[in-house]
Amino acid sequence: MRQEEFEDRYADDWKKFETQINLAEALKQNKQKGDTSLEGFADNYRQLCYCLALARERHYSPILIDFLEALAFRGHQSFYQKRLGIWQNICHFILYGFPRAVREQARFVWTATVMFYLPIVVVFFLVVLFPDMIYMIVDAQTVTSMENMYDPTAERFGTERSSGSDFYMFGHYIRNNIGIAFQTFAGGILLTIGSQFFLLFNGFVFGAIAGHIYNIGYNDTFFSFVIGHGAFELTGICIAGAAGLQLGWALLSPGAYSRKQALVNASKSAIQLVYGAIFLLLIAAFVEAFWSSTHMVSFNTKYIVGTIFWLMVIAYLTLLGRRGQSNKKVTHGS
Amino acid sequence: MLDTTREIEVPEGVELTLAVAGLVSRALAFMIDLAIRWIGLATVSGILAYLGNFGSGLFLILVFVVEWFYPVLFEVFNQGQTIGKKSMGIMVINDDGTPIDWSSSIVRNLLRFADFLPVLFGFGVVSMLVNKDFKRLGDLAAGTVVVHKRRLNKTTSNFDQDGLSPKLPLTLAEQSAIISYAERSDRMSPSRAAELGNVLAPWLDQDLIKKNPDHSSVTLKRMAKWLRGH
Repeated sequence: MRQEEFEDRYADDWKKFETQINLAEALKQNKQKGDTSLEGFADNYRQLCYCLALARERHYSPILIDFLEALAFRGHQSFYQKRLGIWQNICHFILYGFPRAVREQARFVWTATVMFYLPIVVVFFLVVLFPDMIYMIVDAQTVTSMENMYDPTAERFGTERSSGSDFYMFGHYIRNNIGIAFQTFAGGILLTIGSQFFLLFNGFVFGAIAGHIYNIGYNDTFFSFVIGHGAFELTGICIAGAAGLQLGWALLSPGAYSRKQALVNASKSAIQLVYGAIFLLLIAAFVEAFWSSTHMVSFNTKYIVGTIFWLMVIAYLTLLGRRGQSNKKVTHGS
Repeated sequence: MLDTTREIEVPEGVELTLAVAGLVSRALAFMIDLAIRWIGLATVSGILAYLGNFGSGLFLILVFVVEWFYPVLFEVFNQGQTIGKKSMGIMVINDDGTPIDWSSSIVRNLLRFADFLPVLFGFGVVSMLVNKDFKRLGDLAAGTVVVHKRRLNKTTSNFDQDGLSPKLPLTLAEQSAIISYAERSDRMSPSRAAELGNVLAPWLDQDLIKKNPDHSSVTLKRMAKWLRGH
């Protein structure tokens, strides 16, 4: 069949399919109201692919082939799009998916946890034994501002912060802490080095400051402040680090896959940990801004509530989502 | 092949050829997006300044969202295109040609931080230059690729002369070269069309070509018409 005949025979079908694609694309962006029937889309798409294959086989002109390919690509994109049922997915993820993901990647989560808490403990005791060491890790200006912040005799401990400035701190914590978590994750693709750096570095600084606070005796103001949101924040950072380690590890030890494929596979499960880390860090920012800083409750209350928070996080990650399908089946079926 | 194209096979059994977007168009798209983000944030900061501390807090949250999720939201809801990508005519898709989803988009955009290291997208640029699909680290991990968006550019020719059968038997490649020439010649200047026509057809009547420089291009178009079926 000559090209002209071919075009004449199918031109109407292609036109019809093009309008259907336009409709499908409009539907995806919720722009279309009224007639939303896409009957016969699949058949038309298959016929177009058939035409494309024929046109190639018969060496029809490149412009015709280009035209058919462009249509086929748009049809492919419309036909194979994924459903975006986002709210349902979020709830399911928080209740089942995330705790499961953490347990499935326990290896990386424990590694990240050790990388973060070990320097905290070691540096804490080092600074307690050799108080001057604080200045090797944290610059003098930061030390002074920390001292002022947790000084129990400071005036502001008597007065309550306004809700406006609480909200300002909320925004600050979100931007700062979740940003750090993202960097800890992203750095992992550099053969885990970036994640290791951020975990160790933050561990060093936190351990040093905690040691210094202990030395100068501002214990209650500091530890009652950090215990509450720490449950969510420190866990969130560790989990983001674990996700980064997983990426880098896929490159270092790809197993049976090519490095490229191992990386793609690892990122699919690592992103679950990142979502969870975002969830924990959002709670952390909220608690830190509106609870940790409040002076209306006693230190003891904060210690008790903080301990409850820690138990909640641990119970959440170890106990939830044990029944039902495993993550792999869920992602496969959706 | 030096072509920067990538073939994907779809389940219907045909292959689609996609033109992978290179460093320059992607860098330009990124800079356009950056400018939009800055201008947007600067405008909003002016408004939120009236709300005091609450406004500043809101602004910081907004900065966070825009910093990390501006590309994600556009890519997921706008068919793989941020405003910058749209203006450069490029889009991001999954490796298998399907539209990008939340997870892939978030992975590639969070990893932009690693691409940025050590300075000015150093790792990202190196990764793009050594990879045949111009993938930065984020694309490698997410399994995504940035391609030129295809346009439907099928023009109907208004060439009204009769078809002409070629005097010699032509191979398939020669036939398709002639048809392709005829279809593209509308978009060339007449002198360029004549020049290319002469390259393609040294076996046409050289005397007629000397008399009328359009001869070769008109003859080729007529042959194309015949080859296409008239």
